[in-house]
Amino acid sequence: METTDGRREALRRMLRIREFDGRAAELFADGEIPGFVHLYIGEEAVAVGAVGALNDDDYITSTHRGHGHCIAKGLGPDRMMAELFGSSEGYCNGKGGSMHIADVDANMLGANGIVGAGPPIATGAALQSTLRDEDRIALAFLGDGAVAQGQVHEAINLASTWDLPVVFVIENNQYGEGTPVADQHNVEHLSDQADAYNIPGVTVDGMDVTAVYDAVEEARQRALDGEGPSVIEAETYRFRGHFEGDPQAYREESEVEQWEEERDPIEAMIAKLQDQNEITEDEVASMRADIESTIDEAVENARDAPSPDPSEAYEDMFDEPAPEIGQFAEQTRADGGSTGGEDR
Amino acid sequence: MSAEAEAEAEQAMTMTFREAIRQALHEELETDDDVFLMGEDIGVYGGINQVTEGLLDEFGAERVRDTPISEQGFVGAGVGAAATGMRPVVEVMFSDFLGVPAEQILNQMAKMRYMFGGKTDMALTIRTTEGGGQRAASQHSGTLHTWFAHFPGIKAVAPGTPAAAKGLLKSAIRSDDPVMFFEDKTIYAQEGAVPDDDDFTLPLGEANVERTGEDVTVVATQRLLGESLSVAEDLDGDVSVEVIDPRSLYPLDTDTIVESVEKTGRLVVADESPLSYGTHAEIGMRVVENAFYNLAEPIQRVGVPDTHIPFSPPLEDEVLPHAEDVQAAIENVV
Repeated sequence: METTDGRREALRRMLRIREFDGRAAELFADGEIPGFVHLYIGEEAVAVGAVGALNDDDYITSTHRGHGHCIAKGLGPDRMMAELFGSSEGYCNGKGGSMHIADVDANMLGANGIVGAGPPIATGAALQSTLRDEDRIALAFLGDGAVAQGQVHEAINLASTWDLPVVFVIENNQYGEGTPVADQHNVEHLSDQADAYNIPGVTVDGMDVTAVYDAVEEARQRALDGEGPSVIEAETYRFRGHFEGDPQAYREESEVEQWEEERDPIEAMIAKLQDQNEITEDEVASMRADIESTIDEAVENARDAPSPDPSEAYEDMFDEPAPEIGQFAEQTRADGGSTGGEDR
Repeated sequence: MSAEAEAEAEQAMTMTFREAIRQALHEELETDDDVFLMGEDIGVYGGINQVTEGLLDEFGAERVRDTPISEQGFVGAGVGAAATGMRPVVEVMFSDFLGVPAEQILNQMAKMRYMFGGKTDMALTIRTTEGGGQRAASQHSGTLHTWFAHFPGIKAVAPGTPAAAKGLLKSAIRSDDPVMFFEDKTIYAQEGAVPDDDDFTLPLGEANVERTGEDVTVVATQRLLGESLSVAEDLDGDVSVEVIDPRSLYPLDTDTIVESVEKTGRLVVADESPLSYGTHAEIGMRVVENAFYNLAEPIQRVGVPDTHIPFSPPLEDEVLPHAEDVQAAIENVV
């Protein structure tokens, strides 16, 4: 994000997240996407700023609100949308869905349906790079709610005790599900808790993509220098409900509108780039049009993508299959179990 | 082939259950740089049961890692390290503590491969201890393997002999699947023959007929395997008892057990877990499904009658299953 190109790419990724999740909201409302969907709209600067400071071979762990992290890490909207549709062409062949998109080859170790489960996994990924003497770090995204989870404390303590190269990025979007942050924690800033582990903790404006980038870049360098983990709290706001369909009785609509009007991270970035003469209004419009057509294509692909064969339900449990799975499918399904699964 | 025969087939060594496990760890640390150990007091202390004694000196603190008392943290770190290509062997000191890292075990370790569409390996081995008899009371004496054998996505192993312990632990570490390895802490000092071969492994999911017989099949795990073999010896001449160590609880070698019951027509299942909804029921049900018409008598279960393990010696002795309980179960059906 030190060059014009870098900053324009950051804007492009933020717009891509906004467009992807906006479309996901519509498709969910129309009943095309089944299940649970948690959208990242409003928080784009955090994922894009943080991942922008990483190398491709750095690891990330994500959360239930993971679409933004995936797009920031370079995952393709086609396979992401196909996964949301439950298609076998999705990143997880339709077995994961919105809450579990992963691409281990891209060092994206998974969105996660369990609040607070990512930080121990990121700590383990960082331990791997330490044991193999590799120059890469792991970055764990976690929400403000996760900060109250015991396993998050254990992960940060372990990473600090062993000086592991981890960066913990707390996305403080002001609400843990439906409860305000102030009702869940008794500290002024969630980053204050870093003091307990004797590591740096900073709070940055999570609506400012460059502020997030700068903080993560510094923390990453510290991690690579063998000085251990850091905690970064990015103050942000979720423009949508906790999940699609959330009645949001816990906040006033006017509060949401105020954030949308005054603090939109994408509008802020556009204004900044225009001020610096790094992008024109036309270029922004053309960027938006490009992204819109990319996401249009992703949706069309997902609609046409094949559903998994039911027999695939019995695959991927193990590397070395357990004979039970095929036998039970055969014994206990009315049709004698679907055929063709590797475990059969 | 029985463990004894396997051992005889090679140059065999006599060693304890503890030494067999230590040797498996030693050999795998030596041959594969991706293998490392983590757990509470496994390094300087050598493990609460001395299983990892000496490994820190030989392999160093990077690969034999003493952890904080922080099971969620270090089991979770094991998951992350395994997802990125390592082969961690994590020790959870007592199986009673498995509730603490259960989230990482159940929702992460067990599900990651499946949820990701098969795109990650999970070569994580979790070693833990089970078994009562040490007057250690309810939070340090439990036998919890049924929970994890029940949960999809986990391979669960509970060996009853030193040979099985060594051969299966090496297979567990080499496996790209998550394996929970349950060690009965009351048999660490028991001796047995183990093949003298650095590459000796036993496949996960294979039971072993430890003793052949004609009249009744006893499927027995862990401490109760040895006790069942003694009972079989004592009854020799009156009753011909076949004794099977299932070794792996998941996958479970149904065929070996069913073949035996087809021959004997009688089944006793001896396992130290609580009786309701358990390992005994699963083994019994597989026999019912596959050898119903071969059964001459009702299946007998020997386990803990659904209590916790109490502290006071007469109370603990009462609830734990012993050799005489196995013998009584055999006598019920012959």
